[in-house]
Amino acid sequence: MTVPSELYYTPEHEWVALNGATASVGITDHAQRALGDVVFVSAPTTGSRVTAGEPCGEVESTKSVSDLYSPVDGEVTEVNPEIDDDPGLVNSDPYGAGWLFRVHLDDTDGEVPPGLLSAAEYAALTKEEE
Amino acid sequence: MTNSPAADPANSPQATDQATGPATDPATPSTATQPPAPPRRTPLTGVHEKLGASLTDFAGWLMPLRYGSETAEHTAVRTAAGLFDLSHMGEFAVTGPDAAASLDYALTGEPSALRPGRARYTMICAENGGILDDLIVYRLADEEFLVVANAANAAVVGAALADRIQGRDAQVSDRTDDYALIAIQGPRAAAILANLTSADLAAVKYYASYPAQVAGREVLLARTGYTGEDGFEIFAAPDDAEHLWAELSRAGAADGLVPAGLAARDTLRLEAGMPLYGNELSADLTPFDAGLGRVVKLDKPGDFVGRRALAERAQAAPQRQLVGLTSQSRRVPRHGYAVLWDGQPCGVVTSGAPSPTLGVPIAMAYVRPDVTVAASNSGPGTGRLAVDVRGTAEPATLVELPFYRRPA
Repeated sequence: MTVPSELYYTPEHEWVALNGATASVGITDHAQRALGDVVFVSAPTTGSRVTAGEPCGEVESTKSVSDLYSPVDGEVTEVNPEIDDDPGLVNSDPYGAGWLFRVHLDDTDGEVPPGLLSAAEYAALTKEEE
Repeated sequence: MTNSPAADPANSPQATDQATGPATDPATPSTATQPPAPPRRTPLTGVHEKLGASLTDFAGWLMPLRYGSETAEHTAVRTAAGLFDLSHMGEFAVTGPDAAASLDYALTGEPSALRPGRARYTMICAENGGILDDLIVYRLADEEFLVVANAANAAVVGAALADRIQGRDAQVSDRTDDYALIAIQGPRAAAILANLTSADLAAVKYYASYPAQVAGREVLLARTGYTGEDGFEIFAAPDDAEHLWAELSRAGAADGLVPAGLAARDTLRLEAGMPLYGNELSADLTPFDAGLGRVVKLDKPGDFVGRRALAERAQAAPQRQLVGLTSQSRRVPRHGYAVLWDGQPCGVVTSGAPSPTLGVPIAMAYVRPDVTVAASNSGPGTGRLAVDVRGTAEPATLVELPFYRRPA
């Protein structure tokens, strides 16, 4: 299982890549393994507002469905257009081509948004679960 | 991201807790305070671990859920072949001069009518007609039968068989630990197996079984399965399991044979319209509810457990019907979701999954018979029939079961 060190994480198994005022969001390698083959992602639409800790979509796999939680507060600026045609990208490249949506952060003070976990903290959390 | 409780992957394929034996009797609460026993390992669990399988506790057994992509495993079984470890299934030998008569009394079918070497799908019911389990009964010899039960129900089935043969000249013995069970399923299964046996596979008809040598080991070879494809189930000595698995894998590699886990097994059986105990079958339902009244042989001579209740049920107007649904939405109807007619609940989904073969979500559901008539008459696309997928009515279409039938 991979947990890239440059990303931040939620206890609900989303990852966040911070780049200035923009946050890219996806689900972790741990999550995609637990879900199995992803067949459909219902992501928030461009222009919608998301709130940290609130459900903003769904991830359907062969065996289950999970809520997708926004890790941050802000406005959705972009949704990965490839995922609708090829949801398997979430399995094959969860931290790359399988990204789900991007958010323009409300707070752009340069601080890491509250409540996010570091890679080390997330790795410890998933180890506990196993 | 959090799993919704209705569809926790830990419950999938639905490991049923509905087996109500002494362990759940309120009179014996002591089990509740003990830590749960670790899941049992099959003779092949080590092989699955080496293959990197995701393992899951299924009905008290540590079983492979998937080895890689369950969709790829599913497709391999439809187009080539898949190899399954089914050693968790319960096996009971019923032997003795009264073995046939005992099973005629204990089960809804008529095993006494089977010729040696033949098998039948059947059920074991409670006195009130409720289904305790669905079974395959193999007649191995005049006075020897093998009853194969679901792992989750094995204890209940064993106890019921022992109880029901009392006073007859027959014995029941639990042989679960004496058999490894490997299934090879798919259009290439027979060709692959032919490389490893001199047995005349063409002579092993569907639902037949006979002793054979496979890869130099003595096995019971049966042409049965739970995938909707042609295939074989191989009952072997536990010590031979790793050898057989390795030889089958080697012999099938060029034909596209892959190991397949319980996740693929569940979507394969769902496409084939086959019921799963705990989903379509339960102690609260009779075989007639599930559209499987044909397994109840009311015309067989002598009494059998559940006869009176089942005879009444056979005459009564059905209260529910097991139907197939497809959805044009990509949101998948799951076990337990309500079926809606004009926005009002009219049934419940028993199994649902995205169908790898059809490319759309499919589901089996129990619905009110008047709704199945109305839905058939009103045709698809009206939106009157729907499934409540977490608060949204997703239009559904009534379809005939099975969803998939293998090309002739």
